[in-house]
Amino acid sequence: MAARTAAKRAARAVESAIPDLDRLIHEKTRLAIVSALAVNPTLTFNELKAILKTTDGNVSAHTRKLEEANYLTCRKSFEGRMPKTEYSLSAAGRRALERYLDHMEALIKATRGT
Amino acid sequence: MPDALSDHAVDNLRYIREAMERAAAFTSIPGWGGFAIGITALATTALTEPMTAWNPRRWLAIWLLEAVVASVLGGTAMWRKGRRAGTSFTSGAARRFFVSYFAPLIAGAALTFAVVNGGIFQPLPSIWLLLYGAAFVSSGAFSIRVIPVMGFCFMFFGVLAAFVPLVVGNLFLGAGFGGLHIIFGLIIARNYGG
Repeated sequence: MAARTAAKRAARAVESAIPDLDRLIHEKTRLAIVSALAVNPTLTFNELKAILKTTDGNVSAHTRKLEEANYLTCRKSFEGRMPKTEYSLSAAGRRALERYLDHMEALIKATRGT
Repeated sequence: MPDALSDHAVDNLRYIREAMERAAAFTSIPGWGGFAIGITALATTALTEPMTAWNPRRWLAIWLLEAVVASVLGGTAMWRKGRRAGTSFTSGAARRFFVSYFAPLIAGAALTFAVVNGGIFQPLPSIWLLLYGAAFVSSGAFSIRVIPVMGFCFMFFGVLAAFVPLVVGNLFLGAGFGGLHIIFGLIIARNYGG
């Protein structure tokens, strides 16, 4: 409990230390979705669920937010009679992840330099 | 607070790397399956050793039978491990793994046919060990880290087997398909969930 509180406090401190931090992918699940798609051209809904080890509802909610921000593109099709949803990272999503990585590296350099 | 900030940023970077590794790797490599294949390969080595001198065709037939047994053991163990972990065998990572795994094995089968057709048996242990090792080195790029290491060990035995007669080459087959499968099978079973 204490560790979780400390982690939340540190996360909030990161947000205030970097005013232009992308809060959309700062959230853990969305960060994992974007990272997984950065190393795969496409991933299906079920593959994402298996990688994240989470529920249908959670994957659905977080991918929708990323789609709304144009970080993901989504393609729906049928495999036989089964619906299949495939996601891929858009150019904007890839740029957002790169920017986020740059922010984290900058933060480490700045704090270790102090 | 600067330390906490730095730690949090480091944690985030580690989290990103782990998510990427999980998404890019095919992890259903069966440790216990490899161990079982190792045991059958050691038995095959013992059984075939006397045949290297007087009946290399029978020696070859028994090793080919062992390859079939090993494929069934490995395939079944992989399917069971994958099903237990909910791994997809058609994901991008799995597809890349299987393509780079089977390409050297197909080359090995073709070379085996060509060499045996020419009535030569001595290079077979070297060809099999080198190409089986190459299969793991290349497919290991899409799997757990220990796989390419195992591949290089097979290739090392393959290089040594190139310079010895069949009677000794057969012992290298035992060391590779037997010993390495047992050692790495145990490592994988212990560290990568069975």
